[in-house]
Amino acid sequence: MNQSSGSAVDTLTGAAVDPLVIAGKTFQSRLIVGTGKYATFDIMRRAHEASGADMVTVAVRRVNISDRTKESLLDYIDPARFFILPNTAACYTADEAVRTARLGREAGLSNWVKLEVIGDERTLFPDNEQLVAATRILVNEGFVVLPYTSDDLVTCRKLEDAGAAAVMPLGAPIGSGLGIQNVNNIRIIREFARVPLIVDAGVGTASDAALAMELGADGVLMNTAIAGAQDAITMAEAMKLAVRAGRLAYKAGRIPPKMYATASSPVEGLVGR
Amino acid sequence: MRIRLNGDPYEIAGPLTVSALLALLDIDARRVAVEHNLFVVKRAQYDRAEIHEGDEIEIVNFVGGG
Repeated sequence: MNQSSGSAVDTLTGAAVDPLVIAGKTFQSRLIVGTGKYATFDIMRRAHEASGADMVTVAVRRVNISDRTKESLLDYIDPARFFILPNTAACYTADEAVRTARLGREAGLSNWVKLEVIGDERTLFPDNEQLVAATRILVNEGFVVLPYTSDDLVTCRKLEDAGAAAVMPLGAPIGSGLGIQNVNNIRIIREFARVPLIVDAGVGTASDAALAMELGADGVLMNTAIAGAQDAITMAEAMKLAVRAGRLAYKAGRIPPKMYATASSPVEGLVGR
Repeated sequence: MRIRLNGDPYEIAGPLTVSALLALLDIDARRVAVEHNLFVVKRAQYDRAEIHEGDEIEIVNFVGGG
């Protein structure tokens, strides 16, 4: 098969030959999905399948000691099929995030963490100063750190210097569904990033995910856009196709936008002229 | 003896090991992580790590999130 084509497919396995590689680990899908806010665990499981994702993120929380009857999330995630990425969502200091990451490592099977250090309750914007500090500590402890960050080149650079395995700038506030608010910032981060760039948060619908990929993101991470859709399973499939379409469009190299028309049909040989 | 379990006071006969505490609470040790006085307890240490009066224990698991 033609390896230079974005649609290259392995002739034996039929698998896409355009994997996402983070810290030496290969993922077939460039879509990473969350596990929160689904109406039921069964809908979540079916949405995960429809999304084609092979990495899912989970939160780390206290076990409910008084009520042990609740079903376990892990009963609905096949670890043979999905790589489980613990996150430090809702941590407000580097200390809290580091503590949570260490617990996540022990509860799971890997040393990967989606690092979140939140700085503001209303916007859930990251505290980038604490984020860089926590990244440094966790990288020193052998973690593969994927930090959720502002769409800011300078912060992304500091995260890279601290040893982050990827940078994950937001497109818009978490759960807002506003889409990518500052297209140019993502474009600039793309230009300079030396590690994979994952747009994390803000996606509302399929075109937002496609746009992120068209801008050159290596992947997209989302939760609410799928889990909160009226039909989460169908939206999951839409996101799978959007990420793929956006990726192919990026690799294909789009035409430059122009102010005026350029005819697609020949101007010679017109009848009656 | 009294310990602090997931932020709340908890009365329990002790001292006891982390393994014994998890068994008492009917918690599958393979699905949780345990922090003992701010240090993560490795799973291999559950049979040896002993909890005493006044200790702080956190037991966490994975829940849905994004």
